[in-house]
Amino acid sequence: MSLIVHGINGPVVKLRPGGALSMLEIVYVGRQRLVGEVVGIAGDTATVQVYEDTAGLRPGDEAERGGGPLELQLGPGLLHNIFDGIARPLRVIESRTGPFMARGVNIPSLDPERLWDVTLHVTEGDELKSGDIYASCPETELVTHKCVCPFAGRVTRAAQSGKYGVNSVVCALTDAKGREHELTLCGRWPIRRPRPVLRRLPIDRPLLTGQRIIDSLFPIAKGGCAAVPGPFGAGKTITQHQLAKWSDADIVVYLGCGERGNEMTQVLEEFGALLDPRSGKPLLDRTVLIANTSNMPVAAREASVYTGMTIAEYYRDMGYHVALMADSTSRWAEAMREISGRLEEMPAEEGYPAYLSSRLAEFYERAGYTVTLGGNEGSVTVIGAVSPQGGDFSEPVTQNTKRFIRTFWALDRQLAYARHFPSINWITSYSEYLDDLAPWYEEHLGRDFAHLRSRVTNLLIEESKLMEIVKLIGADILPEDQKLIIEAARVVRLGFLQQNAYHATDTFVPIEKQKRMMELMLRLYDGALTLVERGIPLSQLKETGIFDELIRMKYDIPNDSLHLLDGTGENIDKALRAVTEANE
Amino acid sequence: MRIEHTGLSEITGPLIVLDGVDNASFDELCVLAMPGGEHRHGRVIALEDRRAVVQVFEGTRGMSPETTFTRFTGRPMEIPLSREMLGRVFTGAAQPADGLGELFPEERRGIAGSPINPVSRVYPRSCIYTGISAIDAMSTLIRGQKLPIFSGAGIRHNEVAAQMVRQASVADDDAGFAIVFAAMGVKNDVADFFRKSFEESGALQRVVMYLNLASDPIIERILTPRCALTAAEYLAFTLDYHVLVVMTDMSSYCEALREFSSSKGEIPSRKGFPSYLYSDLASLYERAGMIAGHTGSVTQVPVLTMPGDDITHPIPDLTVYITEGQIVLSREFDQRGLYPPIAVLPSLSRLMKDGIGKDYTREDHPALQNQLFSSYARVQEARALASVIGEEELSEVDRKYLKFGTLFEETFLRQAPDENRTIDRTLEIGWQCLSVLPREELDRVDAVLLKKLFREDDPAALRGSM
Repeated sequence: MSLIVHGINGPVVKLRPGGALSMLEIVYVGRQRLVGEVVGIAGDTATVQVYEDTAGLRPGDEAERGGGPLELQLGPGLLHNIFDGIARPLRVIESRTGPFMARGVNIPSLDPERLWDVTLHVTEGDELKSGDIYASCPETELVTHKCVCPFAGRVTRAAQSGKYGVNSVVCALTDAKGREHELTLCGRWPIRRPRPVLRRLPIDRPLLTGQRIIDSLFPIAKGGCAAVPGPFGAGKTITQHQLAKWSDADIVVYLGCGERGNEMTQVLEEFGALLDPRSGKPLLDRTVLIANTSNMPVAAREASVYTGMTIAEYYRDMGYHVALMADSTSRWAEAMREISGRLEEMPAEEGYPAYLSSRLAEFYERAGYTVTLGGNEGSVTVIGAVSPQGGDFSEPVTQNTKRFIRTFWALDRQLAYARHFPSINWITSYSEYLDDLAPWYEEHLGRDFAHLRSRVTNLLIEESKLMEIVKLIGADILPEDQKLIIEAARVVRLGFLQQNAYHATDTFVPIEKQKRMMELMLRLYDGALTLVERGIPLSQLKETGIFDELIRMKYDIPNDSLHLLDGTGENIDKALRAVTEANE
Repeated sequence: MRIEHTGLSEITGPLIVLDGVDNASFDELCVLAMPGGEHRHGRVIALEDRRAVVQVFEGTRGMSPETTFTRFTGRPMEIPLSREMLGRVFTGAAQPADGLGELFPEERRGIAGSPINPVSRVYPRSCIYTGISAIDAMSTLIRGQKLPIFSGAGIRHNEVAAQMVRQASVADDDAGFAIVFAAMGVKNDVADFFRKSFEESGALQRVVMYLNLASDPIIERILTPRCALTAAEYLAFTLDYHVLVVMTDMSSYCEALREFSSSKGEIPSRKGFPSYLYSDLASLYERAGMIAGHTGSVTQVPVLTMPGDDITHPIPDLTVYITEGQIVLSREFDQRGLYPPIAVLPSLSRLMKDGIGKDYTREDHPALQNQLFSSYARVQEARALASVIGEEELSEVDRKYLKFGTLFEETFLRQAPDENRTIDRTLEIGWQCLSVLPREELDRVDAVLLKKLFREDDPAALRGSM
C-alpha cells in the first residue's frame, strides 16, 4: 500500500499509513523525490523530517520507502571531494543544476564512471575475516584506499588486479551459512551507527599540530576530543584552518556545519592551493570536505555531523589517523533545537531539546584510538568548534560539550582585539591529556619537557596575577624580580604563544623547535634572575636587546636550521656576561 | 493546478484556515477576493489533510469567514523582474508604489531563492569604496560580502547607510553598479529621507526600492527582504550588475517573524523568537556573494538597531554568526556629534584581509590599518588611566596617545555626510594621525614602509588638529 502525504509544516511532513515504517528509515517524498527521514511514528501516522525545501508538496502526494536508514556510500573518491550534509557531491550537483542548488537531486556520492587502479589482495579459496583488506587502490597521490571486508567468509571468486569502477564486483565471498556475497570497491553504512572496532586502546600519543600553544601547553591526543569555543570575532575559524592544514593526521575530514558560504569557498580555495608540509602534495589529497552552509536545509545540517563522523570512521578502519574538524557543533545543536521545535517536543534549557546532552555524548564517544577489525591501529580525533551565544560560556551547548571533551582551547575576544593570535587564552584553557601523553613526550623530547612546560605555565600564571596589581598602580613600583617575571612572560607571550599563520616559517613549528624555544626563554629568565638578585637593575639587560632577539627568533630561525638556535643561546650568555662585567 | 474555494473556517491574527481544500500545495500563493472587490494575497504555511492554513500578507482586518473567496494559484509567490526595475519604488510585496504602473517582466521568479552551491562561489576579494574613512580603511567592504551596521535607536545609522549608498563605487571595473533598498517597518519619514537623499545625489536611477513602512502588515514585512534579494540576484547574475543591498531595519523584520510565529502557536525559543530564527536569517544573509563565471555580485549591508544597545541580544548575536563582520555605531560618538559615529574597535570586516593591500587598495593599507587599530586600542587604556589618576600624571608616551586619539577621532573618523574621500586621502590622514606618536611605538608596520611613509610630527597633522 502506498504512502500518502497528509500534512506539511515546513520540513516536517506527516505520512500515512506509517505503521510499517521504521524509525530513521529513509523515505522519498513527492514527485520530486525529496529525501527525508522518519523521526516519529504515532499510530498510523509517521512524522518525517525532509532534508530539502518542501515548497510545492501537497497532501495526497505519494512517498516511497527507502527500506533502511540514511546510509553513505563509502569507497574511493571521497578524498579531494566536497559533499553536502547528506553526502551528495556538490561538484556534480553544480554540473547538473548550475550555481543554485536544486531540489530532489539524487546523485550517488561516488563517481560510478571513474576507474581506479585496483590491486586485489585475495585469490579464490582464501578465508577472510571481517576487517581484512581484499583490495586497494591509490585514491590520491597521498593516500592508498583499502577496501575492508565487512564480514567473514571464503573467497569463491576473485578478479584480477586492474582498472575497475566503484560498483564493479571484484570478488565474491561465501559466508558460514553458505550464502554468496559480491563485493565491490564500495560499501554502505548507516550514518547514525558507530562502525565497529576490535577494541579501544589507551590514548598515549599527541596529535601534533605545529601550533606552539597547542603542542607544548595544551596538547590534544590522537583519538581524543577537543573543543574550541569562540565568541564571534575571536579567531575560531583561523584556528580550525591551521589545525586542518598542519596537524599530523593522515586524513582530515573538514565539516562546515551551518557556516558561511564564502568561508567554505575560502577553505576550498586554500586547501586546493596549499601543500601538505610532509609530502609536498596538495592538502586536498588527504581531505574530505563537507559543506552544509547555514542556508542549506536544516535537517541536512543535523545529519552532517554524522556524515562526517562516518567518513572519518571509514578511513580509521583502514588504519589511518583521522582528524575530524567540526565547525561548528553549535550550529548542529541549533538544528536539533529547530527540528525539535517543529516536532513540538517539550523544550529543556534555552529551548534545546532534553536529549542535547546525550546526542553530544554519542557523537564525541565515536572518537577514539582503536584497533580496527583488521588488527591495525587507527584513530579518530574530534576537534569541535563551539560558538557560544553572546560569548557566554555558560550556555548549554558549551557546558554540555565540556563534559565530553578533554582539551579546551578557550578563544578570547580580548586577545583577538589585541591581535594576539592564536587567541587561545593560556589561563582558562586546559588539557586533561597531559598525564596520558607524558610517556610520549618523555620518550621523544626528554624528561625535561614536562618540567619546561610547567615552568612556562607558572610564569604566565604569575604574570597574570601581577598584571592585576599593575593595572591598579602601574609597573614602575614593582620590585625588580617581579618586573622580570613580567618581562619574561612578555617574551613568552609575543615570542612563543603568538604565532603568525601568514608567516612562512612561523605558521608551522616542529615540536623540537618549540622545546628549544622554551629552553632559551627560561635560560634567559634564570640568568636574568641571578643578575637581579645581585641588585643589578633589569633595565640594563633590557638595553642589550636580548629580550627582543628572543621574541624574534620564531621568525629569524628557519625550522630546518635549529642549530642556529645555539647561536641565540650564546647571545644570551654574552648579554648576561656583558651586563655582569659592567657592574663589577 | 488552480483551485477556488468559498468561505473560511477560522481567522486568527494574520492566519486563516480553510477546510475541504483539495490539491493545495505547501508554500503556494493564493488570492483572496473580498466583497467590494478588494483583493488580498496569502501563502499556504501548513497543510493537514484537507485543511490549509494561509497567512494573509495584508492582514485579516475586515475579512469575514462567509464572504471570502479564495483562489489557489498553484505556484509559490513570484515577482516580476526586468531591467526597468531600476529607478522604481515598490511596496514590501513588490507591487508598484510610485504610480508608474505595472512592470513589464522579462522574467518571473519565486522569492524564496535557492542556496548557492558552495563550489560555485568565488571567494570575494575586491572592495567597494564607500568614501567613508572609518569603513574604507578600517573595515573595508568587499564585493559579495554581508556586512551589517549595528546601531541603536536614535543613532544616525540612516545617514551612514544613505551616505554609503550614494558614494559606493567599485574599485576597478565598469560593470554597472546598482542598489537595492529594502525598508522593513521603518517610519514614513525615514523612507522619505532615503528617497530624497538618493534623488539629490542623482543616484535614484540606479536604485530599486521595496518599502514596507511601520504601519504596513507584518506578513508583508517577512516578504520584503526576499523580494529585494530576488531582484538583487536577478540584477547581479542575469544582468551582471554589482549590486549593493541595503536592508533596514532587520530588528523590525525579526520582530515581525516573532509575531507571526506566535500567531501560529509555535514553541518560542530565546526571548520569544522562533527556534528557526538562525536558519531564517541565514536564508537572507547567505544570498550575498559572487558566482564563478558571472561578473556581477550581491553585497549586503543590513542595518539593525540593537534592542537596548545589547549586542548579545539574539538578533545581533545570530546575525554576526552569519555575516562576515559588523560595523558598530557608537552612541557616545553620536551624542558628541561625531559623524559618522562608527566605533572602530568592535567593528570588523572578516573579508578585508584578502581584499586590501598591494594589487587591491594600496600596499601600506594592511599595516596601517593594523597600526591604527592597535594604537587606538591603546588610546582607550590611556584614557581609562587618565580618568583615574588625571591627565597630568600620565607618562609622556600615554599623553601622546591621548593626542593621537583626539586627532584620529577628529580628522580621520569625522567627516561630513557629503564628503567622499578617496582611499589615498583616507590613508594619508591615517599616516598624519600616527605622526604624533613616537616612531618606536609603531610596532605593526615594517621598517621599510615606516621609512617611506612615516614623518614624525607631521605639520599637516598638527594643522588638522586645530
